[in-house]
Amino acid sequence: MLTIKNLHATVADKPILKGLSLRISAGEIHAIMGPNGAGKSTLSYVLGGRPGYEVTEGSVDFDGQDLLDMEPHERAAAGLFLGFQYPVEIPGVSNVQFLREALNAQRRARGEEPLSGGEFLKVAREKAALLRMDMDMLKRPVNVGFSGGEKKRNEMVQMGIIDPKLAILDETDSGLDIDALRTVGDGINSIMRRPDKAVLLITHYQRLLDYVQPDFVHVLAAGRIVKSGGPELARELEAHGYAEIAA
Amino acid sequence: MTIATLPSRRDEAWRYSDIDAVTAAWPLPAPESIIVPAGGKFARAIVQDAGEIRQVELVLGKGAVASLHVLNIGGAYGRIELAVTLHEGADFHLGAAQIGGGEQNLEIVTTITHAEPGATSRQVVRSVLGGTATGTYLGKVAVARDAQQTDSAQDVKAMLLNRSATANAKPELEIYADDVKCAHGCAIGELDPMALYYLQSRGIPPGEAKKLMLQAFVAGVFDGAEDEARLQELALAKLGELV
Repeated sequence: MLTIKNLHATVADKPILKGLSLRISAGEIHAIMGPNGAGKSTLSYVLGGRPGYEVTEGSVDFDGQDLLDMEPHERAAAGLFLGFQYPVEIPGVSNVQFLREALNAQRRARGEEPLSGGEFLKVAREKAALLRMDMDMLKRPVNVGFSGGEKKRNEMVQMGIIDPKLAILDETDSGLDIDALRTVGDGINSIMRRPDKAVLLITHYQRLLDYVQPDFVHVLAAGRIVKSGGPELARELEAHGYAEIAA
Repeated sequence: MTIATLPSRRDEAWRYSDIDAVTAAWPLPAPESIIVPAGGKFARAIVQDAGEIRQVELVLGKGAVASLHVLNIGGAYGRIELAVTLHEGADFHLGAAQIGGGEQNLEIVTTITHAEPGATSRQVVRSVLGGTATGTYLGKVAVARDAQQTDSAQDVKAMLLNRSATANAKPELEIYADDVKCAHGCAIGELDPMALYYLQSRGIPPGEAKKLMLQAFVAGVFDGAEDEARLQELALAKLGELV
């Protein structure tokens, strides 16, 4: 589904990714772990097409399309979802309005019929319940006045409504308490653990991986993947730290 | 507000104006005069979409309530000038938006005179400017010597879509009473690039994302207007031309 080859990227002319390669197939959940400054968030933003993140070398193929050649909204319509580490507040725009516009823009881009207001609300209600989010919060402006945990849960509600093929979740576990972590983990499993979908989890800690069992774990250090393995690698990292494993 | 001689840029109330356009329109017709009697209610929406200079004088009698909603969008030069006089306990509300692109020069100029005690005035003004457009808000609040317990507020924000656009905002307070509240706030900014990226990352094309954010920026000013749906629709169509 996603093939990254020898990816190099700079932010403000500073090289951050230095030859990263990774292959994710449908039905797989991958976790990328790594120390601060390794390039984890840069990887997620490069894949999401954020302005200012410049690819200098390498390629990314997403379901047969050149991902790097697409605008951020085109990547979304192609089935890519980026869960933000710091979800953005948008005063004056309600969650419901935002998500309906987003979903219908994607559907139109794929040549599908837009959902009516009623059809949309039905989906939104179902996903909000799954993530234990109050419908009232969906009517409020996007992320405005939400706690850190509520923002992360809102990201997962969005993911549920948009129903992507590939989700890249950047530190979705940070800022969550134990109960919220379990809810979010259950949400990821029920929305994304399907034979035709894939997930790339970016995280510092083992915690989330207790709830969302990865098929593959990769260690990112200094802009490259330095080690790959199964779920046991995450436990090894937790026990011994990055310094020893990445060395 | 009636002035006998052609203004120049040396006149404070016309310093950002398109003097050539003013000269071409000179002499101006007499201002429209509206008197709301004591205890009366008045509401009006003004849409300036033809490049005119509109002058309105509004007098609110004791305890009268008036709300004006203004959309200033049309023509190379469009000016809306309001002179409002408030008698005891009167209440005035202005919700205004001006949206301009290209080389448009749009102005909203207000003078609110609190002539007697206990009156309230609220002004909410939002400008969205693209191209090399100029948007100006000059808001004077004058409080007479015995107009105690005056409560007045000006909330003014402008959004620049290009660095080549210009927003001018000037509150002016002239207060002769000593027990008054006159609040004024002003901010000029640009669309948050991270918020735009967030919207796009969910599948909304760039133009639509900008429109959604600008719509949210402007929307509140027309709450409760006489003709709210029409004003929103006209504003949205104009925003659509800018993004």
